[in-house]
Amino acid sequence: MGDKDKVGIVIVSHSLDVAKGTADMVRQMVGEDVPLGYCGGNPDGGLGTDVAKILKAIDEAWSDKGVAILVDLGGAETNSEMAVEMLAPERQGKVVICNAPIVEGAVMAATEAWGGASLEDVRRTAEELSPQ
Amino acid sequence: MNDWTSSSVVIRHEVGLHARPSVKLTKLAKTFASAIQIAGSPEGPWIDAKSIVKVMAMKAKQDSTLYMRAQGGDAPAAVTALKDLVERDFDEDAAHAASG
Repeated sequence: MGDKDKVGIVIVSHSLDVAKGTADMVRQMVGEDVPLGYCGGNPDGGLGTDVAKILKAIDEAWSDKGVAILVDLGGAETNSEMAVEMLAPERQGKVVICNAPIVEGAVMAATEAWGGASLEDVRRTAEELSPQ
Repeated sequence: MNDWTSSSVVIRHEVGLHARPSVKLTKLAKTFASAIQIAGSPEGPWIDAKSIVKVMAMKAKQDSTLYMRAQGGDAPAAVTALKDLVERDFDEDAAHAASG
């Protein structure tokens, strides 16, 4: 789903509900044009994150312009880093993990991506939200 | 620089320029090549209308006046389009506005 000439957005939360709710906000506020993937929960369905699910979400949101990942807490970030390391070498350089609040960052990043911005601009927009 | 195309419009949206209206305004601004700025006062400070973070941070309230100006080849069309969007209440009816 989404235009492949726009940076994709991936949402990784410990909670599938949070991830899905955040994705719903992106869809309703920004629209269907931005490639989007999300995941949450550990393999058993409890709270946590899972590298395999993150890889799948990256795949769903894949765009040749790159993919920006928004994470919530600790393990979401380290597992996302691990997932990025497991990507094909030509994809690794096109994925960034944003240092931004997950919900606000996802909406801001998606809005910037919608306009056709580069991966670096998308990340900078999401990270503008973080305390300087 | 004096060659800005300018206009202003009163925000009638029930919750002002909050999340969804901000996204709509920013998305619309991004469809124009011109530089576009908005402000809450004719003296500024002017902010980049294409920056979602800055537009949302403005927190323009209901019944406040939004000043807009653009500079570039499609500046008049940009200003007209943005003004129209605000006058159309961001294409949201009142039923949806409350949750905006």
